[in-house]
Amino acid sequence: MRPFDYRRMADLQPVDQPGDRLIAGGTNLLDLMKLDVEAPRRLLDISRAGQDRITEHEGGLRIGALVTNADCAADPRIRADYPLLAKAILAGASPQLRNKATTGGNLCQRTRCQYFMATDTRCNKRQPGSGCDALQGVNRNHAILGTSEACIATYPGDMAVALTALDATVEVLGQGGTRLIPVAEFHRLPGDDPARDNVLRDDEVITGVTLPEPVAGRQIYRKIRDRSSYAFALVSVGAVIKLREDRIARVALAFGGLAHKPWRDPQTEAILTGQPPSPALFDQAADALLAKAKGRGGNDFKIALARRALAAVLTEATEE
Amino acid sequence: MSDSYDTPDQRNLLDQTAQGVIGQPLDRPEGALKACGQATYAAEHDLTNCAEGVLVGATIGCGRVVRIHRDEVLAMPGVLAIYADQAMLRRNAQGTAGEAPIQDVTTVDYYGQPVALVVAESFEQATAAAKALRVDYDVTTDADFDPAAVEYEPSEEADELGDLDRAMDEAAFSIDRTFTTEAHNSAAMEPHASIADWDGRKLTLYGSFQMLKYNVKELADSLGVAEKNVRILSPYIGGGFGSKLGISHDAVSAALAARELGRPVRVTLTRQQVFETITRRSETRQRLRLACDRQGRLTGIGHEAWVTNLPDEGFAEPVTQATKFLYAGQNRRLALSIGRVQLTTAGSVRAPGEAVGMQVLEAAMDEMAEAAGIDPIEFRKRNLPAELPGEGLPYSSRMLTEALDRGARSFGWDQRHQQPCQRREGEWWIGMGVASAARVNILSKAEARVTLRADGGVLVESDQTDLGTGSYAILGQIAAEMLGVPIDRTDVALGDSDLPAGAGSGGSWGATSTGSAVFRACEAIRATLAHKLSVDVDELRLKDGLANDRPVTELLDKDLVETGRIEPGKTMKDYSQASYGAFFCEAAVNAFTGETRIRRMTGAFGFGRVLNAKTARSQCLGGMVWGIGSALTEAMEFDHRTGRLMTHDLAEYHVPVHRDVPAIEVILLEERDTVASPLQAKGVGELGICGAAGAVANAIYNACGVRLHSFPMTPDKLVGRLPDPVGA
Repeated sequence: MRPFDYRRMADLQPVDQPGDRLIAGGTNLLDLMKLDVEAPRRLLDISRAGQDRITEHEGGLRIGALVTNADCAADPRIRADYPLLAKAILAGASPQLRNKATTGGNLCQRTRCQYFMATDTRCNKRQPGSGCDALQGVNRNHAILGTSEACIATYPGDMAVALTALDATVEVLGQGGTRLIPVAEFHRLPGDDPARDNVLRDDEVITGVTLPEPVAGRQIYRKIRDRSSYAFALVSVGAVIKLREDRIARVALAFGGLAHKPWRDPQTEAILTGQPPSPALFDQAADALLAKAKGRGGNDFKIALARRALAAVLTEATEE
Repeated sequence: MSDSYDTPDQRNLLDQTAQGVIGQPLDRPEGALKACGQATYAAEHDLTNCAEGVLVGATIGCGRVVRIHRDEVLAMPGVLAIYADQAMLRRNAQGTAGEAPIQDVTTVDYYGQPVALVVAESFEQATAAAKALRVDYDVTTDADFDPAAVEYEPSEEADELGDLDRAMDEAAFSIDRTFTTEAHNSAAMEPHASIADWDGRKLTLYGSFQMLKYNVKELADSLGVAEKNVRILSPYIGGGFGSKLGISHDAVSAALAARELGRPVRVTLTRQQVFETITRRSETRQRLRLACDRQGRLTGIGHEAWVTNLPDEGFAEPVTQATKFLYAGQNRRLALSIGRVQLTTAGSVRAPGEAVGMQVLEAAMDEMAEAAGIDPIEFRKRNLPAELPGEGLPYSSRMLTEALDRGARSFGWDQRHQQPCQRREGEWWIGMGVASAARVNILSKAEARVTLRADGGVLVESDQTDLGTGSYAILGQIAAEMLGVPIDRTDVALGDSDLPAGAGSGGSWGATSTGSAVFRACEAIRATLAHKLSVDVDELRLKDGLANDRPVTELLDKDLVETGRIEPGKTMKDYSQASYGAFFCEAAVNAFTGETRIRRMTGAFGFGRVLNAKTARSQCLGGMVWGIGSALTEAMEFDHRTGRLMTHDLAEYHVPVHRDVPAIEVILLEERDTVASPLQAKGVGELGICGAAGAVANAIYNACGVRLHSFPMTPDKLVGRLPDPVGA
C-alpha cells in the first residue's frame, strides 16, 4: 500500500486540501485503496465526528450522515414509516459491512465495474480520457439507461434507490454554508465526464439525509441478484404505491442496477397514476421506462429483467 | 504380504474388532484448535527475521518480458530484492506431477502470471513496491483467449462401441443436446502461501499442499536440489479442492529468495492471485446423444466434450469418465477434445471429470426419461448395466438403486408432479429433480507408521495431509479400532514430508489408501501381540487397552513400531470401482425474475464402509453446496480480448452464501466393498458434487418448464424463456 497521513476529526468539516479524503466506515474506500484505484494523500477520519443520530425533522426524519446502515435499518421509526429504506439497506452487503458503513458514505459508494477496479485496464471514470474497456468487454452487470460512450457503469448501492423513491433530500455542508440536494439529483449521469459520480463538490461534505413526512401506501424493495445475499443488484426496484378505489392513486418508483444513478422516470409513474392496475398497464409502464434502454451485449438481458421486475413489484403492490 | 491389493480381503476385519470406534461420528481431534485460531496455517508461522515477498502479475495475456525497471523500486523503503529468476514457476504443477512444472517467468503464458517477486522487510513495503514495479512487455498480438474461437483436436482416442449414429436413427426416442459449463476456481478459504527457511543446504518449507511426497519432488526439481534436502510441513490446510495438489508460484519463489537473502521469506498469494494464477477447471462444451427403445432401455450413449488448457499441458478435464461405466447402451461414443488457449492452467478441481460431466449427463438423462415417458428414477434403474459396457468387468459394489430408492422415500419423490409448471407458491414455481451420483474409486500407493507405545498409547504417522476433511480423525479411528485402544490415547501426526509417504489428499483416495496402510501396520502389530499371547491372531481380542483381557502394557517391554504399505493391484484392473449415490432437489424459480432458490436437497450415498459418519457427511454436504454453486452461480469470466479474468475475487466469483444453502439431508448407506480396500471403504471426498448440479437443473425444469443447457443457470438465461408469470 502507499503511505498516507491520517487524522481523526472532531467535527464534520469539508476537506480543505487536494489529496484529502474523508473516511467514515471505509467499507468502500479501503478496498479501492488496496486496489490502487484511490490513492489519497491524507485520510480525515470523521467516524467520531458526531452526526450519528436519527431525529424528528419537519414531520419526517433526519438521518445524520454518520448513522450506520445497521442502526438506520434497525431504527423503529424507519421500520414503521419508511420500511422501504430498512429493506433496501438490509438487502445490501453483509451485517459486518452494515455495522461500519454510514449513510453519507453509502451515498458516495463507487461503481463495481470490474474495469474501474482494475488499474491495468482502461476506464474513463478512474482515468479520464483513457477509454472504456467495459463497452466491448465483460459488461453483464452494467447500465442500460442513461449511459454514454464514455461510461456504462452503474451506481451499485441499494440505500439510495430507496431514498430516491422516498423523495429524500441530501444535506450538504460547504464553505459557503449548507445546501439541500434532492437525492434524485445527487447522483449524475456519466456523459463525457464519468469521473464524477455525483454533484458533491470537492469542498463539500454530506451532513445528513432528510426524509419527508411519511406517505401512505405499500413500500416494497425488490432486489434481483445472482445469489440470495452478498451480491450486487442486477436490477432493483424501490416502490411506494398507494391504491384508492382500485386505482393507483400515487406511485413512486426508483430503480437500481440500471444506470449511473438510482433511476426515476416521471413518465413511467404518470402512466400508472390514476389507472386500475393490470398486466397490460404494467407493460405500458415498462415500455416507457425502457424506451431508451440500450444493452451492450452482456447486459442485454437487463431490459427483459427490468420489465419483469417492474411487473413483479407492481403486481405485489396492487394485490388484495 | 505383497504391498499391492490383488485379491479382495473378505475377512471384514473391522467388523470383527471390538473397540467400536470405527464409523463413529467422532469430532475431528484438531477441530477445536481450528475453531479457536490455534491451528497454525502456512502463512502464520512466526519465524525470526522473516522477509516478505509479494508476487508481481503480468498485465498482458501472452508475450515476453522485455525489461523490468528494478532500480526505481529497489530504492523504495525496505525493499531488499527483486527476483525474476528462470527457476520461478510460470505455471503451477499438476496433481501427482512429481517434477518441476514449466518454469522461467520471462515468458508470459496468461494474464496475471507472476513475472517477478519483490521482497521487502514488511508486507506493506513489499506490496507497495510490487505495485510500483514497471515491467515492459513484448506482446503477442495473435494469442488465443477465447475457447469459442479456437480449434480443437482429440485429446485421446475416442472410446467407441457399436454404431451410435445408427442407434440414434433407429431409436424409439432420442435426444441430441449440447451443453456448456463455465470455468471454475477452487476458491479454497486459505490462499496459497509458503514460508521458506534454509539451514545450509536444507530447506524447510511451511506450505499449504495436498500431496507432500509429490510436492517435495516438484520443489526439489524446481530448485535443482536433492529431495533429501527438502522438507515440507503442511499440518493444517484451509481447503485444497485440487488447487494445492501441485506446488505453486509461492513455494519456489519463496525458496529462491530465502536462499539468496540468507533469511526466511514468506510469500502469500492475494485472493486475486489465487484466482488468476492457480489451476482452473476448464470450461466445457458437451454434446450428449441418448437413444432408447420403447421400453426405455438405452441403446446408445454419446458423450463428446471439448475442453481447453494452455499449450503443452497434458491435463484435459476427463469429462466423460463416469459415462463409461454408469449406464447401459450397446452403441457408445465417448470422446474428448482439447483446444489451446492462453488462460490460467487448467487442472484438477474437486472431482475432475465427474463434477461437470455428471451434471450434464444427468440433465440429459432427465430429458431422455421425459421423452420416453418414464419416471426419471425408474429410467435410471432400468439402465444400469450388469457389467462394464465394452469390457465385461464386474462392478465391485454399486448402491445406486438403493440410493435412488432410499433418497426418493426420504425426500418425498412421490409428491413430484410429472409435468412442469404444476406447482406455484406465490411468485415461485416449485419443482423437483433427481440425479445419480458417481465418482471413480481409486486406491493409491501409501505408507504409514503405527507405534503401539510401551505405555499402551498409539501414534500414527504419515505425510498424509488433512485439508479439513478428517484425515486426523479417521486414521486415528482405524488404529484405535485395530489395536483396541481408546481414541483419546491415539495420536496422529500428519503433514510432515519426513514421515512415511501417505497417499496424499486428492482423487477421494486419502482416507482409504493411507487408511489401508495404517490398517496393515496395525495388522503387523496384532500379529506380534498374538504371538506374545501364544494365540492365533484370529483369537486376539483387543479392547480398551486389554489384549484377551490382559493389559496390553504387560505384553510390551518397548514400543512396537510397524510400517504398513498398500499399492493398487489386480483389484483395480479386474473390477469397475466407483462410489455411487443419488441427489434430490426441490428448487423454486421466480416466475417473474428467473431467480432460482434451492429449498431443500437430499443426498443418499453408498461408498463402502463409513469410516467416520460425521466427516463423511460433511464431505457430502460440502459437495452438494458445490453442486449448488456449479448449477446456479459459479463462473470465471474472462475478457476474451486480453485473457484478463474479470471475476477474480469472492465478490465477483459467486460461491453460494449461507442463504443459498438450505437444509440438506445426507443419507449414508452402509455397505462393504471388499474389492476397493482392506477397509471395505471407497472414496467419498468428491462424491457429493458429482451430479448434484444436474438435480438442480432438473428441478428448475420441473418447476418452470425451461430446459437450460448452459450452466450456471443465472436469471439472465431464464428470464427470456419463462412462461407468462401472471397468465399461467
